[in-house]
Amino acid sequence: MTPAAMVLDRVTRVPGVRGALLASAEDGLVVAEQLMDGVDGRAAAALTGALVGRLLRTAGAAGLEPPQFVHLRADGGSLLAAPAADGLVLIAVAGPEANIGLARLELLDAAGQLG
Amino acid sequence: MRALEPWVERPLQSFLAESAARLTLLMTASGQVVAQHGFSRSLDVMTAAALGAGIVASTEELARLMGGARFEALVHHGAHQSCLLSAFATPRGRWIGLVVFGPETSVGIVQLFFERMVGDLGAAAPREPVAAPALAEDFEHELNASLKALFGR
Repeated sequence: MTPAAMVLDRVTRVPGVRGALLASAEDGLVVAEQLMDGVDGRAAAALTGALVGRLLRTAGAAGLEPPQFVHLRADGGSLLAAPAADGLVLIAVAGPEANIGLARLELLDAAGQLG
Repeated sequence: MRALEPWVERPLQSFLAESAARLTLLMTASGQVVAQHGFSRSLDVMTAAALGAGIVASTEELARLMGGARFEALVHHGAHQSCLLSAFATPRGRWIGLVVFGPETSVGIVQLFFERMVGDLGAAAPREPVAAPALAEDFEHELNASLKALFGR
């Protein structure tokens, strides 16, 4: 199993997480993914990559440290993202029943391992 | 944004709003321009359409030589701007999209909303038969009329 696959496997083991993917923040393209049926990985990578890229630029322009974790909450679930090394971003798509606290810990630890 | 046929406008407008593309050109496989956004000179449009159609024809022939299916899209990454070139099927025949975008968006976003535009164009296209190609003697008149429609002058 590749390091990327191991990281994704770890994140998707969290109850309620419907999928995890590694994307290029600048390009918004999928690098690796492990998703349940019905989760559009390309859309998640493109939109989350754009969101994280803008947040990083916004924080930089404001003279702040780059964000380590992004949590976008909606009625149907949450999108979690953690910037990693080499311009990558680790993303988790979670349902409303997901344990977000545990998912956050796993995501941050996994993103750190990628560096 | 200008389009030769009104049903193209809404899908293209939606794509432009979502993708933040700088320039967009929709053309037939033979290089006849259907719609454009961002070009200021008719000469630029004609050149881009001819080059885009030529590149797509070349890559499709390359794919055929390699025994594979057609390439879905061709992306040129640049330092300041990038270009996506993709051919797709519509009820009006095979079309080509040429999109130029900058660092304010990403190739993932452009590809995502380009695919949605292709779906929207397929749904919006009238089902009536495609008009016959312009005859050679009408070609210049047709070309001038198309450019006038695309640039409003």
